[in-house]
Amino acid sequence: MYAPHTEHDVREMLDVIGVTSLDALAAPPRGLAIAGDLDVPPAMPESVAYQHLRELSRKNQPGDVDASFLGAGAYRHYQPPAVPYLATRSEFITAYTPYQAEASQGSLQAIFEWQTYVCLLTGLDVSNASVYDGSTALVEGVIMASQATGSKRVVVSAALHPGYRAVLKTYADGMGIEIVDAPLLSNGTTDIPASMDGAAAFVVQSPNFYGCIEDVAACAKAAHAAKALCVEVIVEAMSLGALKTPGECGADIAVGEAQSFGLPVGYGGPYVGFVATTKEHVRRLPGRLVGETHDVDGRKAYVLTLQGREQHIRRELASSNICTNQALCALFATIYLATVGAHGLRSIAAANMARARDLRKALLSLDGVTARFDAPFFNEFAVRLPVAASRAVDALKPHDIVAGLPLSRLGSGDENDLLVCATETTSIEGIARFAARLKEVMEHAVAAV
Amino acid sequence: MPSLLFEQGEPGRGSSFVDDAGTPADYLDASLLRKDLPLPDLAEFEVTRHFVALSHRNFSVDTNFYPLGSCTMKYNPKLNEAVSAFSGFADLHPLVDDGCAQGALQMMWRLERTLSSLFGMEAFSLMPCAGAHGELTAMLMAKKYHRDRGDHKRATCIVPDTAHGTNPASAAMVGYKVVSVPSTPHGRTDLAALRAVLDDTVAVCMMTNPNTLGLFEDDIVEMTKAVHDAGGLMYYDGANANAIVGLCRPGDMGFDLMHLNLHKTFSVPHGGGGPGAGPVGASARLAPYLPVPRVVKRDNDGKGAEFALDSAAPNSIGPVRVFASHFIALVRAYAYIAVHGLDGLRRNSQLAVLNANYVRERVKDLLTLPYADRCRHEFVCSAEELKKSTGVRALDIAKGLLDAGIHAPTMYWPHVVPECLMIEPTETETKETLDEFVEVLRGLVSQAHADPDSMRELPRNTAVRRVDEAQVGRLANKGIGLRWTPGG
Repeated sequence: MYAPHTEHDVREMLDVIGVTSLDALAAPPRGLAIAGDLDVPPAMPESVAYQHLRELSRKNQPGDVDASFLGAGAYRHYQPPAVPYLATRSEFITAYTPYQAEASQGSLQAIFEWQTYVCLLTGLDVSNASVYDGSTALVEGVIMASQATGSKRVVVSAALHPGYRAVLKTYADGMGIEIVDAPLLSNGTTDIPASMDGAAAFVVQSPNFYGCIEDVAACAKAAHAAKALCVEVIVEAMSLGALKTPGECGADIAVGEAQSFGLPVGYGGPYVGFVATTKEHVRRLPGRLVGETHDVDGRKAYVLTLQGREQHIRRELASSNICTNQALCALFATIYLATVGAHGLRSIAAANMARARDLRKALLSLDGVTARFDAPFFNEFAVRLPVAASRAVDALKPHDIVAGLPLSRLGSGDENDLLVCATETTSIEGIARFAARLKEVMEHAVAAV
Repeated sequence: MPSLLFEQGEPGRGSSFVDDAGTPADYLDASLLRKDLPLPDLAEFEVTRHFVALSHRNFSVDTNFYPLGSCTMKYNPKLNEAVSAFSGFADLHPLVDDGCAQGALQMMWRLERTLSSLFGMEAFSLMPCAGAHGELTAMLMAKKYHRDRGDHKRATCIVPDTAHGTNPASAAMVGYKVVSVPSTPHGRTDLAALRAVLDDTVAVCMMTNPNTLGLFEDDIVEMTKAVHDAGGLMYYDGANANAIVGLCRPGDMGFDLMHLNLHKTFSVPHGGGGPGAGPVGASARLAPYLPVPRVVKRDNDGKGAEFALDSAAPNSIGPVRVFASHFIALVRAYAYIAVHGLDGLRRNSQLAVLNANYVRERVKDLLTLPYADRCRHEFVCSAEELKKSTGVRALDIAKGLLDAGIHAPTMYWPHVVPECLMIEPTETETKETLDEFVEVLRGLVSQAHADPDSMRELPRNTAVRRVDEAQVGRLANKGIGLRWTPGG
């Protein structure tokens, strides 16, 4: 219990109000009071609750930090301690949405800095102040493209993260948007449709779900030829430290997930999505935007702006229903980017590529393991094993190795296909341990046959 | 004003984070690589001082009283922060096998059951990321429910004029036509006006209870019955659940769908505008439409319970985000519920009502109370009379509060009350704080009468003073001033 009231306080306050008891004051009208008991566990003293939650956390098996090869939309990266140290200051954590600019300059400036980072990283003109996650950012990007073109059809790469595609389908079903698939080429990249006439957008993820780097410039060119927009999806934001930007490629809208920038994988959230676009589409951006201005004394100041797009002003005419700005997660990402800087981000991106190539070499050296695709990749790629991928994952689990994602689990490959990822947190020793154990599993399987 | 990060640092400054692995050009063809990476390089100390300086320019619950209506800014117990940082939660990948996530799944299952029981719903989905996301999820469910029944005429959503803007926006996103219903002079949704717009095109009616004036909708049971009789569904916006937890249940009032704001009611910090979480509850007939995956509990061949994420629900709308939930936010809410139990939760609701009514009673000689009834956890008052006699507006009062270190109440909303200030003290504030708030307000009202012009000069002591919002809007329309640019 964290309410501070003593019985004496309560009595004094009830006297001022002129009511005899708390029960009488707060009772619901019309016989709506709860009848009977509820399925709510009894209260625990704080120390017991702490122990209880620690026990629950220990029932989970997150695996060893240096031997975790699971990516597929959530990436384990090193979190510099400065990031949580600063981002969890209670002046940030316990603040409200910055509607009162004079009392929120800290949050507002941090959001303005986040918007700037997203623009610098994506090579686009404007960015919103963040949306829930990468998958809902994708939906917002598709809605923007639909509004901009007046079309309700989108062409979507088959190499889009299947979880993202499923989320897009949920919304599309409710909003009457038609999804057309663009198939996969044998090298692991998207087969760009010859014609996209009448489409609002061509949606392509790069690096794509299989880790392959797409020719986004060619995708954008094809989209523009059909008067459609190109929406680039970035699921592994760390790739922005190395790869050609959406802006350089001619994408009109970049949407993505910035969990990689200092946020823990946290069993799926909260993460932080972003949407960036060209100046031309600024009024179609969902969610919050912070702009720079001055106060009455001429001092530089930050304030929420273009609120005319938003639900609290425009109600049913708003461009989106989003109310949150996911500010704290954006703050983690902002502090992360400030801490690592250009030099750090480039070297971390390089380290991701180095470890992923070490991993690929180690796996492909094993008898019977083949590369699933041969397109260039960043830090993630698919292999085909001589055994069922889920069997390998199960067998390595007791060794605290999280072996990767069996692609059949998300309906994106054969049962022997495994998607693996290495980041800067992956160690050479971890890779060696993974390869050695996997070899045992495969030999055991062969012996059993 | 701390300069922007982009105006600080020097190329090459900063720590090293990884072993030297070369550069991206060592691994990929130059045609695949970005031309430049124009981010500032800063020393960790510069970053630290920068963000500590920014933090000093923020009001927060931990530093200031936040009597902000419609958003329940209660104290965030520090236990929540400690337990949400446990490695077994923070480092758990969302795609691990269910067998590796038994603790997380058990917690989610328990939280779902607890919320379902507390609010009288058949089931809850923990997936939605925020209250507005929960509303949208529920609208998608309503739409699919009617469609699956072949009831294709239902294309309107009824929303009272006092509702949060997210309600109409969420309804519009799924293509519903929004029909507004006014409130009565007593501050309740007009039952007769509601009945007048009911027909066989109504898909859903979105209600907030207690409503945004802080008043319990006395006719709520009649309203749910009337909408049901017309074949529509009832949606409960749980933004104001802090007034009812453990006291009454939307399910008992007849609601089919609802959302909660875990950051409001269950003490997940607001974070400057997120992240929160917006679980959606459903009655028995709507539960099959909840998003997947759902947490299920199975008997593991007599070896005890086993928890799993289940996506096999034929009527489900599908997932509304890529992974199962804002899990770390759920840990915080679970911790809050664990230390309170039913009795503690109920008492918090009662104390929230107590604090609101105490302040309401004490400010009634300072500002106008437009509604005679006692309030629930929040109330609205009006500076209209003050404005008529002095020219001082609600905005000026709000800015005066900022100068006194008190966050402003919600202003000018709902629109049905002129010069509106909406006050919600929450249960975690002491009587002393509330008394001090009343005295500050009294001082401002006196100042308004004595020297009204000086009120328009407020605030004077905040990080910046009143900002020019018009200018930034004009530029932002052209995409200017929304980011730092080299050379200013």
